[in-house]
Amino acid sequence: MTEHVLSHDPSTVGEVAGIRAREQRRHKASIALRYFLLAAVGLLMLYPLIWLIGASFKTNSEIFANPGFWPENPTLDGYIKGWQTSTPYSFGTFFLNTLWIVIPKVIGTAISCTAVAYGFARFDFPFKKVLFASLIATLLLPNVVTRIPQYLLFRDLGWLDSFLPLWVPSAFAGDAFFVFMLVQFLRAIPRDMEEAARVDGATTWQTLIFIVVPLLMPALISVCLFQFMWTMNDFLGPLIYISSVDKYPVSLALKLSIDTTEAFEWNRVLAMSVLALTPALAVFFLAQKYFIDGISSGGIKG
Amino acid sequence: MARLQLRNLEKDYGSLRAVHGINLDVEDGEFMVLVGPSGCAKSTTLRMIAGLERITGGEIRIGGELVNEKPPGDRGISMVFQNYALYPHMKVRKNLSFSMRLKRRPANEIEKATEHVSGLLEINPLLDRLPKQLSGGQAQRVAVGRALIKKPQVFLFDEPLSNLDAKLRASMRVRITDLHKRLKAEGQQATVVYVTHDQTEAMTMGDRICVMKDGHIMQVADPVTLYNRPANTFVAGFIGSPEMNFLDGELEGQTRVKAADQTVALGDEFARRLSAETSGDVTLGIRPQHLRIAETETPGTLKGKVNHIEFMGHEVYLYVDVGPKRLIAVVPSAAYDRAALRDDWVWLSPDPKGVHLFDRQTGENISLAI
Repeated sequence: MTEHVLSHDPSTVGEVAGIRAREQRRHKASIALRYFLLAAVGLLMLYPLIWLIGASFKTNSEIFANPGFWPENPTLDGYIKGWQTSTPYSFGTFFLNTLWIVIPKVIGTAISCTAVAYGFARFDFPFKKVLFASLIATLLLPNVVTRIPQYLLFRDLGWLDSFLPLWVPSAFAGDAFFVFMLVQFLRAIPRDMEEAARVDGATTWQTLIFIVVPLLMPALISVCLFQFMWTMNDFLGPLIYISSVDKYPVSLALKLSIDTTEAFEWNRVLAMSVLALTPALAVFFLAQKYFIDGISSGGIKG
Repeated sequence: MARLQLRNLEKDYGSLRAVHGINLDVEDGEFMVLVGPSGCAKSTTLRMIAGLERITGGEIRIGGELVNEKPPGDRGISMVFQNYALYPHMKVRKNLSFSMRLKRRPANEIEKATEHVSGLLEINPLLDRLPKQLSGGQAQRVAVGRALIKKPQVFLFDEPLSNLDAKLRASMRVRITDLHKRLKAEGQQATVVYVTHDQTEAMTMGDRICVMKDGHIMQVADPVTLYNRPANTFVAGFIGSPEMNFLDGELEGQTRVKAADQTVALGDEFARRLSAETSGDVTLGIRPQHLRIAETETPGTLKGKVNHIEFMGHEVYLYVDVGPKRLIAVVPSAAYDRAALRDDWVWLSPDPKGVHLFDRQTGENISLAI
């Protein structure tokens, strides 16, 4: 009845349309303002990166003469010369070295952390609480504190100037943070699936591989991504243990080009920095979905 | 032969004893229901049979073989879990065949078994779905199928229907009992141990029912015996709805009980059910269905005031205050008009056939002599 009356009263119809239009305008204005602010702050945060990319195409003199990020005479000079480096090796070697450090380390981390986390989350054994507490305590220990004893240990083992000191700690679940992350994730997963698997005749290892690992996948992908990015960016580890230039990873090689060139060729350094950034960025964007799943959801829905 | 035997089975959690040396025999092909309130250790018992929980003492034999130390996969059991526990990353087909794939059975054998089981449970159209795409009832059928495909000696069900809505639960009840009969008719091993806290499930599904309380077995019997001849106050109170009425009283002679300052006459027939030496303090138990209502004073009955009336459709629940005790009487709703109204006085006469006397100290039923 009310609707009937409303729709036949021209003045009321006009009023309603007016209110709706006003609300829509206000809504649009608020959205525009919101996006403008977000874009502005986002740009501010990204500006150094944008400048870096712009500057890598500039000539060495223009970098200091022109404060803007757009190069006046874009050149690939920085990339070409930077790639060749002042050493007998090109940056290709250094990239391969980085991969040769990163990939075994990531695989070792994934396997060892999963096994250790599974143990802590699912089994009872003597001194479990003390062991877990000490694992967590190592999280709080600054890395620097252990550098010297570790160095001495690896020196006595004769592992200096090899990738072993970088690989081995991770292959024995040395990264407590990842173990902790996986334990927390596992605790949120109900045990029923594993019990069902045991009733179905699976051994402990079969249960781990066929049931637990697939359930753990989002967290495991995050662990791999974190380890990938942190190892790519690790400077101190290789700096301490690796001394011959042919084994340098990218992070050390970048420093190398600052050290050895007489007048710093900044455009080369910047160009190589851009290249050094790309793998980590590419991997992050490709796996963004899993990455966020892994750190945000503590488990799965039943 | 897939007989399941529990001998002096015990389970301790630290200093807390959860299961107190229970003995239970489940015959080949029998549908045994473990029922009891929460915390009565029925699920713990089931998990010990499955091998998911270590036992502290005693023996578990399946088909005569001692399985105490065997891992769950080697015990010849399969289990259906309360929340289905399907493997979320595998399609229904893979979920069903997981146990066979672990044993590396040939592909055509797996295929055949999967087809057979999915046909039996009408889940063929679901084979290529993931568990998250199934409804509760479908997921439960897949879980049953996964148990079935192993052709176990003993099936274990851990409250499998408690996550389903009432209507689905009723249909799944029928489906599971039908399946049990069908397996038996086909000559397959079909010994079942079924845990539930729902007495309706227990009464409708079980060949025999084992009522448990605080880690003790209170009574093992078929549903009719359990209802008509409860061994103690716990079983009497647990089985039957609404709950049996209990009144503390004193036995006078063999035919009368003095309770709530009134005297209930039980008749000579009843006296024969008592052992001769019975006397003194007793607890009188009367099922609500066995109380008759009179609106005029009758000797030898319990006088009380109607406090509350619940209309249930085909019957009516009357809450009657007899002295300090509140009794429930169930009367057919056809009798509702004539039956007492709120705040009226009524006289409740128990049907002696439905009356039980329990020893007040031990709670044992002392009216089971015949």
